[in-house]
Amino acid sequence: MPANPAIPLTDQLCDVIVSSETPNTLTQSPYLVQPVSVTRIMLKVLLALLPGIAIYTWLFGPGILVQLLLATTTAVIAEAVFLRLRNRPLQPALSDLSAVVTAWLIALSFPPLGPWWLIVLGSAFAIIVAKHLYGGLGQNPFNPAMVAYALCIVSFPAIMSQWPHPLSAGGLSPTDQITAIFLPERIDAWAGATPLDHLKTTLRLATGNDNLTVQNILRDHTIYGVGGGNGWEWVTLAWLIGGLWLVQQKVITWHIPMALIAGMGSIALGFWIVDPLHYANPLFHILGGATLLGAFFIATDPVSGATTPRGKLIFAAAIGVLAYLIRVFGAFPDGIAFAVLILNMCVPLIDMYTQPPIFGEKSRGSNA
Amino acid sequence: MKLFSFKGGIKPDPNKTQSTVLPIAQAPLTSRYIVPLHQSVGGTPRPTVQVGERVLKGQRIGEADGWISAAVHAPTSGTVVEIGPHIIPHPSGLATDCVVIEADGRDAWIERTPFDLDQAEPDAVRDYLRDMGIVGLGGAVFPSHVKLSVPRGKQVEQLIINGAECEPFITCDDRLMREQATEVVQGSLLFGRLLNAGKVLIGIEDNKPEAIAALKEAQQQLEAPLEIVTVPTIYPTGGAKELIRVLTGKEVPGSRRSTDFGVQVFNVATVQSAWRAITYGEPLISRIVTISGAVGEARNWSVPIGMPINVLVKLAQPRTDMDGVIMGGPMMGFRIPATAAPVIKATNSLIVHAPGLFPPKPAELPCIRCGSCAQACPQELQPFELYWWSRSAKFEKLENYKLFDCIECGCCDFVCPSHIPLVNYFRFAKSEILAEQREQQIADAARERHEFRQERAEREKREKAERLAKANAARKAEGKDLSAAALSPSPKTAPANDPDAAPDISSHPDQASTPISMDNHPVLDATAKQAAILAATERARLKREKHAGKSRDTTH
Repeated sequence: MPANPAIPLTDQLCDVIVSSETPNTLTQSPYLVQPVSVTRIMLKVLLALLPGIAIYTWLFGPGILVQLLLATTTAVIAEAVFLRLRNRPLQPALSDLSAVVTAWLIALSFPPLGPWWLIVLGSAFAIIVAKHLYGGLGQNPFNPAMVAYALCIVSFPAIMSQWPHPLSAGGLSPTDQITAIFLPERIDAWAGATPLDHLKTTLRLATGNDNLTVQNILRDHTIYGVGGGNGWEWVTLAWLIGGLWLVQQKVITWHIPMALIAGMGSIALGFWIVDPLHYANPLFHILGGATLLGAFFIATDPVSGATTPRGKLIFAAAIGVLAYLIRVFGAFPDGIAFAVLILNMCVPLIDMYTQPPIFGEKSRGSNA
Repeated sequence: MKLFSFKGGIKPDPNKTQSTVLPIAQAPLTSRYIVPLHQSVGGTPRPTVQVGERVLKGQRIGEADGWISAAVHAPTSGTVVEIGPHIIPHPSGLATDCVVIEADGRDAWIERTPFDLDQAEPDAVRDYLRDMGIVGLGGAVFPSHVKLSVPRGKQVEQLIINGAECEPFITCDDRLMREQATEVVQGSLLFGRLLNAGKVLIGIEDNKPEAIAALKEAQQQLEAPLEIVTVPTIYPTGGAKELIRVLTGKEVPGSRRSTDFGVQVFNVATVQSAWRAITYGEPLISRIVTISGAVGEARNWSVPIGMPINVLVKLAQPRTDMDGVIMGGPMMGFRIPATAAPVIKATNSLIVHAPGLFPPKPAELPCIRCGSCAQACPQELQPFELYWWSRSAKFEKLENYKLFDCIECGCCDFVCPSHIPLVNYFRFAKSEILAEQREQQIADAARERHEFRQERAEREKREKAERLAKANAARKAEGKDLSAAALSPSPKTAPANDPDAAPDISSHPDQASTPISMDNHPVLDATAKQAAILAATERARLKREKHAGKSRDTTH
């Protein structure tokens, strides 16, 4: 393919990869189509995740790469097996890369040094139960990656809550990381709770102790770093950069990320203003946990999310609020997954009640 | 001038420069012309010539059969050799009645007399334009005289002359505006005058600078009181309602007419042909057609209506591997079922197709609800929801989501990453809904007829009883016995050739077996007659309604 300066490089890259499209016979208009495809959209999502993955690997070691590989392999195999069982053609569905996106999101929301079977179980469950049992691509009412997360956090809460320290702060060496994934019994005491989880437990234990305020806890423990967590804040910022690129590429619209951040930010602000000693500031919540990954990559899943502009705002703001409530008052380390799943259930209703007026309907009153 | 914008729309590669280099050429005379009688929205004109009759160029060969209908004319002089069904350029591939003319080669005109506008009543102007076959040449072929009559109490504030020509490949209006700018401006003024319009605006997309310059020059020369407005190139700005929005800011809902909002829209070629009809007495017998695509020489041709497309396309030196011809543009056009079909008044463009002209359409994937289609839809619909309900044939939902506001512009197809032929789904759903409505109408009519028949049967029974009672009374009074007379039922109450009434008799054996004579009783005869008249008028009303329903359907 000759290099065309008018086409952005990323699109040209996509063109090289997107070459296996089967031609259709010319039947009815329109005969012109834009060079867009599901594959290209999914590819852009994967590209947008790369900066975050790079920083993740740099700060926390190669464990995450192993998890990505395990998740991808499992998801693609599960997809292929289930396409075959459902008598569907393999090629178009496998090359649409949607299974890979699901796999990567699972790997990025699971603990990076979790045992191999955990990620395999999660990925297989996402593809088989959350996707194919509902009818495959485009038919799943729930975000498959979040279904996998919910399944594992409910079934294996201890393993799912263990997060490693950065390499610079006493994290495991690369070889130990591989061992931790494949032979977890050989490595012990490698990890601790996530910053969000740690803050919640410490605050709970601190009932009655006036010295244990949020500020003091954040100051006294190294795991918190400058933002949402030592090391994690940089990964989170990389999600933000990738996410903004997706908005610029028109793969997603601004509505969902904006509303999710605003929803979480405003409820966090409310609690923080009322009781700053026991509630972390809004920035901690926005940069901490899976907020930005969720805002740009998870809640924006078009299949299971709201579709109308107003609907997207309601859907995402509610996720932000609900995720805050779950992570602060609930039993789980983070709330994004459950918030997304609960709002997935509300999507048909939200979409129905937020249908935008069509051409000519808005002005009917004014000039009729 | 302040311009407005509509939401959505797309920017496909215009592909217009190929066919705008060369001037419009006159298509040479051919031996045979096939002129379909039905060429406009509305009724089918009645043929006014017979097989074997000699006709002159411009002679009327079909006259309008109603208000929404327009005459058709002979494109050249010659002999009518056939009036019968021929395939026409329509996606259905169906044949319709055409007048076939064998050209005599003289191309001799009928006597043309200019129309005296100053002396004429407005109705006479409209009748004249109808008889000159003037219809919308933008592709919709709606009879222009109908659009020139504004509903009572409405005023046309803005008359918009549509020179946007937004669809790729089509350049017939562009070349016409460049070459006949004066006639276009005069035609616009003519329609402004006929409509008593407050303002006349000619809207042109900014990718036609030559046409804009030519029109502006003509406007200056004529000192014409109209505005030539350059609008941004966004498909489908040329859609009437989109152009109204861009130029006036008014949004006309799909269910309403633009005149309700004080706007009327005509295509540039329409006003030009109407102006020629008034000024020179020339009926609409030819139009400009863009021929482009897989051809050696893409250009515009002035083509007589009725010229076979295969003859015309040969002039453009099509590629040897050509495998079809598309009428219209690549967004809304369709592949014509057979190239033997003639050029009609709606033929604005012919795209010769050969492999590789358009990128191959990738295989259809499931909808991922990305919403690209909703962002591209100029009607601000939610195509992915319509697609969902079309697939599951939930017609009620489709109407909730305003399926019939879809203008089938193809923007949603264009942007769909799953390559779903959305417009095809919508065409299918629309036709299914219309078919269902038609069936419902037929069923309603049948039910009404049945109810009426039952009512009539009961009434006849009742009347018979009354008559019997009266007859008995009369018999007693006159002392005569009439019961022995066995006579047939009156043909007026139950005519044998009426299919509706025929089963009546068999289903009421009592009525058939004990008929009553009314011949000798002038008083009874009158009541029976009245009942018969009542029944006949009711039947006629039902029939009329049924017909009206049918003709309404065909206009969709």
